[in-house]
Amino acid sequence: MPVSLVVNGETHQLHLDARVTVLDALREHLHLTGSKKGCDQGQCGACTVLIEGRRVLSCLTLALTAQGKEIQTIEGLAVNGVLHPMQQAFIDQDGFQCGYCTPGQIMSAIACLREGHARSDAEIREYMSGNLCRCAAYPKIVAAIKQARTKMSSA
Amino acid sequence: MRPFTFEQAANLAQASHLGRRTGQGQTDAGAQFLAGGTTLIDLMKLDVLRPKQLVDLNSLRSSAHPVEIGPKGLRLNAFATMSEIADDASVASQYPVIAQSLQLAASPQIRNMATLGGNVLQKTRCPYYRDPSWKACNKRIPGSGCAAIDGFNRNHAVLGIDQSCIAQYPGDFGVALVALDAELELNGPLGLRRMPFASLHAPAAGRPHIETTLLAGEIIAAFHIPAAAWTSRSLYLKVRDRASYEFAISSAAVALEMDGDAVRNVRIGLGGMAYRPWRAKDAETLLIGGPLTEVNAMAAATAALAGAQTHGYNDHKPELARRTLVRALLEAKILPNSSVGV
Repeated sequence: MPVSLVVNGETHQLHLDARVTVLDALREHLHLTGSKKGCDQGQCGACTVLIEGRRVLSCLTLALTAQGKEIQTIEGLAVNGVLHPMQQAFIDQDGFQCGYCTPGQIMSAIACLREGHARSDAEIREYMSGNLCRCAAYPKIVAAIKQARTKMSSA
Repeated sequence: MRPFTFEQAANLAQASHLGRRTGQGQTDAGAQFLAGGTTLIDLMKLDVLRPKQLVDLNSLRSSAHPVEIGPKGLRLNAFATMSEIADDASVASQYPVIAQSLQLAASPQIRNMATLGGNVLQKTRCPYYRDPSWKACNKRIPGSGCAAIDGFNRNHAVLGIDQSCIAQYPGDFGVALVALDAELELNGPLGLRRMPFASLHAPAAGRPHIETTLLAGEIIAAFHIPAAAWTSRSLYLKVRDRASYEFAISSAAVALEMDGDAVRNVRIGLGGMAYRPWRAKDAETLLIGGPLTEVNAMAAATAALAGAQTHGYNDHKPELARRTLVRALLEAKILPNSSVGV
């Protein structure tokens, strides 16, 4: 079926099977492999992207239902080679080890801040619970979000 | 995932017509409605659900206000997302048990996707249901048996079960709805009709593959929660194996109206414990009129679990449910008596 996907501000015309998820459309058809396939069952959060500004699981979203909606992925964050404050914070705070969950963590963290759900350590942990990290870098992920919170609120 | 045709519905009437093969929650239904997709797409990938047709309801999402609060009660649009209602300040202050049951469920991403209507229709998390390599599952394959009864049944239901199925209803919001006497607004082949939420989920009754009492093609359009003196002093207590993003192993929805030290009215729902969203009316009856002490709360909780049947690995669940309910009642008692009018 013909599908028009708007990814990081750019419109792509694709022909997709109805079964293709947003995650597979991004990775296999648009070769944007930043969004990761962890469990592919909506349990790990590695595939988190923003659709219409809200964080969702791209592995459980059919591409057909995302038609014409603004999709933001990790690839669209940096501007002219300058990292997004959340990306920089994950580097500064050492917020990852293997890095596999990191794109999902960063997309989720940006949404978490924008929602106003990052006011305390406890709130950050609760509202980041949809993103699992097998390396257990959780304390440093919280530290990264707090660093970005300062930068993004003063920006 | 098996192939399917994909159709988008422009309005409720068209959706009901397109979805006339949806059945009553049967795993082998020829058609499925797609809303948030957080249960459906997952189970299609696992090859548990195998619809030949998906009817996409997403264009119906923005057609009405998510929340309406008036003197008669609360109306929630069934196409609202869980996060829209969990974050609503007026729901949180006047019907806290509703907001909390949604806020404590799933993850932020899933709450952004899942609709209220889809939430109450979510399928059990029974591992023998979710894995088709198990041949015995009366919910998936009528008459095939139940692998959970002699299997690993640590988190299976102890109330409302029979020999055909001990699957647990996994939701939280439904537990709050059943406690507050919610009604459904349905749209389908009979046009618009109302039904008590407590009638939505069919009992196991030897045929657990029939999951709902909805008519084929019928769609939940809204939830109505009647206004009452006890809704503002209410809470949802959820006990889990991990602190967040986890299904309940035990939960209680409690709404309380006090008259001095005595209970004037109480409404109780139990989650993580039963085959369906569970209303504990025996416990309510015992509590009304008396002081809300720990002893009385435990007596009521004991009555609520009187019919519990366990299967080995879940022998601990009745005691867990009793303690959960006692704690929820005592916590509700010390909540400030909200003066917010409805």
